[in-house]
Amino acid sequence: MSAAVEALPNTRLLLSGNDAIARGVWEAGASIATAYPGTPSTEILETLALYPDLYAEWSVNEKVALEVAIGGAMSGARAFCAMKHVGLNVASDALMTITVSGVVGGLVIAVADDVGLSSSQNEQDSRYWGRFAHLPILEPADSQEAYEMVKEAFALSEACNTPVLLRLTTRVCHVKAVVEIGTRVAHPVPGFTPDPRRWVMAPANAKGLLPAQIAREGKLRALAETSPLNRIEDGQDHRIGFITSGPAYLHLRECFPNAPVLKLGFSYPVPVGLVSKFAATVGQMVVVEETEPLIETELRAAGIPRLHGKDLLPRLGELTPAVLLPAVHGLVGEPLPPGAVYPSSNPFPRPPTMCPACPHMGVYFALSRLRKQVLISGDIGCYTLGAGQPWNALDTTISMGASMGIALGMDKARGESGRDKAVVAVIGDSTFLHMGMQGLLDIVYNRGNVTAILLDNRTTGMTGGQHHPGTGKSLKGETAPRIDFAKLVEALGVAPERIRSVDSYQLPVVYKTIKEEIAIPEPSVIITTRPCALSEFFERQPPYRVIEETCTGCGNCLKVGCPAISVQRTDTRTRSDGSSAELKYVTIDAAMCTGCRMCVESCGPKAITVAQPVAVV
Amino acid sequence: MTDVITNILICGIGGQGVMTAAEILAQTAMAQGFDCKKSEIAGMAQRGGVVTSHVRFGRKVWSPVITPGTADLLVAFELAESSRWADHLRPGGVALVNTIRLAPPIVSSGLYHYPADPLAQMRAAGVPVIEVDAGTIARDLGNLRLVNTIMLGAIADHLPFPAPLLEEQIVGRFRERKPAMVEINQRAFEAGRLAARQGSAAPVRQAV
Repeated sequence: MSAAVEALPNTRLLLSGNDAIARGVWEAGASIATAYPGTPSTEILETLALYPDLYAEWSVNEKVALEVAIGGAMSGARAFCAMKHVGLNVASDALMTITVSGVVGGLVIAVADDVGLSSSQNEQDSRYWGRFAHLPILEPADSQEAYEMVKEAFALSEACNTPVLLRLTTRVCHVKAVVEIGTRVAHPVPGFTPDPRRWVMAPANAKGLLPAQIAREGKLRALAETSPLNRIEDGQDHRIGFITSGPAYLHLRECFPNAPVLKLGFSYPVPVGLVSKFAATVGQMVVVEETEPLIETELRAAGIPRLHGKDLLPRLGELTPAVLLPAVHGLVGEPLPPGAVYPSSNPFPRPPTMCPACPHMGVYFALSRLRKQVLISGDIGCYTLGAGQPWNALDTTISMGASMGIALGMDKARGESGRDKAVVAVIGDSTFLHMGMQGLLDIVYNRGNVTAILLDNRTTGMTGGQHHPGTGKSLKGETAPRIDFAKLVEALGVAPERIRSVDSYQLPVVYKTIKEEIAIPEPSVIITTRPCALSEFFERQPPYRVIEETCTGCGNCLKVGCPAISVQRTDTRTRSDGSSAELKYVTIDAAMCTGCRMCVESCGPKAITVAQPVAVV
Repeated sequence: MTDVITNILICGIGGQGVMTAAEILAQTAMAQGFDCKKSEIAGMAQRGGVVTSHVRFGRKVWSPVITPGTADLLVAFELAESSRWADHLRPGGVALVNTIRLAPPIVSSGLYHYPADPLAQMRAAGVPVIEVDAGTIARDLGNLRLVNTIMLGAIADHLPFPAPLLEEQIVGRFRERKPAMVEINQRAFEAGRLAARQGSAAPVRQAV
């Protein structure tokens, strides 16, 4: 729990950007906050849920999250919505029209770009949305700025009748830094006032509002020129001046403490006049922005001279000191400061693993046995790890819910290589509710021959275990209606006899069920029922151990992929035909084992048994 | 307060408590009036991947990231992980390593090999390496979760503030919620300090 929730005003706290934003949203008097979980933005709503006098929800996806926030802002409430970068792609349909209508209460959308790509499927730059939707972009560099700017964003939203995008990056969301917090100012909610010309975006009404939207961009441009969020910090060395935004500013100040800097916190519309003024005081200029050259492109179009940017700096990843220093030092011809003096080495990769007792392992164990017979379209969640060792049982991952549509496309485009293969789609419960069910409906409607495996582990696992409509609990942990997946998929048109429930821990049953369903040329859905091993619904069991004398070294249990099982020693056996086989004798880490029995199910010689009770510490 | 920034890089594996240790260190530094930043890219790390946490404190900290060649301390919660981040140490910087070996499935299944002596390259390059067998110390104390406190104890004499301040930050967390754990954590902290002194061939930097 964030220390900021119970802290008194004017105290200094070490807060992550996400916690700082939550505090800022609450202090700004917002009364509605929504999100769908997504790294690195997830903790904003988790923290907001702890504050009083504010409605906070996990929405089923980012589009719905934004629409709930829009309904609040239309009613005069200050409304906030958080999402990761790819979430705004989902929400963009709503965004592109609410930006025409405008707002009553302030509407702030925090969008977190995964610069450096640590936990996403792409590295897109959300600042493009400012250009596309004609709305302002604020870019904090650290927790204190994130806290201040989110409050500023609400005021700007109301003053200019516009949604405001707060562009975050992983380095803002997850870095903890010192923040001085303040006091909440309540913002009364007048309620919705009907005004069809503004809220009913039929063509005639929308057409009437477009000129105001364009005029608004001009007003925002003028504001950016004088905003205190855009400031010139002078320095002694005027050979190079830097123009920067977001956390790149911090790296820059670290590397070039004596250089003049134009820091853009209100980075769209770009204050070209301010840049011209800055340009007159320095020799050359370098635009330091993560990731795309958006500010740079506009400055070039405006004819700003002596400008560098992506000619020196990469378009991908963070602009940390280790990247910035060598890239910029060449400009003035000074020697580089000494970098690393000691060598590092990469002894082996350490890819993320599934957890002991993770129910996904049961499904991937079965799929890996059927690997040659199936094409497997995957989705986004912990189960994306099924693409890795030891299962190698995933062929595609593109976007949230895409497993369904892609499976159907593969089914309809069977070439020579796919004629004899079955098409399987693998999707988690939260992802299915987010955007997967429409795809399943499409499979049913268009008579696809796809077996969908719905991994219902009763949580949103990869982002750290958030509730959704299938868990029976709300964001605040209160009891909520729990969707029945079997009824849901039946309502989507899957034949009742083609809806199967399986316990992922029963390996032979999982295998047999998949094999049966892929043999039938109709849409079918296999729902797994074991909860996530990290969730509140998981019941830990006593650990197991390997009976050394009985273990034959066959290594079958290793194919389950449990991180609690490891090879203790190896041996080589010569088969009767003269070929040799490697034997792997295993051991189970009793501290990690949670007693799921999947390894027991996989063990032919019955060499795995309940461990003696061990002292629990 | 001088302009000197202290850079501490803590590395390990998801689930080992790297981020908690960094949090305690950062909170202690902040309580001394330092500006402080703590940064990690966890991503999918909670599933057994590599985790690092960067802790920087001083009068004014800009970048939240420790640049290679500038870390005063490299604190490794796992033996082989230390070698992955050795390039972050500055000349004269100290590596403090928990000697536990945690082989990922990719190693135990035979696809990769765990090096016999992951510290060899660092030692050959002249890095002062302090080895702490935190796993064994924790087991002797009867609780494997004490590794975190032991490692913090181990670095306590390498910080620009007195060791008891760090100890109090750890113990204070337990005093409210789990008072029964106070004494054992104090012992773990002291055991870590002692182990670091014994595991150290290099002179210890004085607290200022």
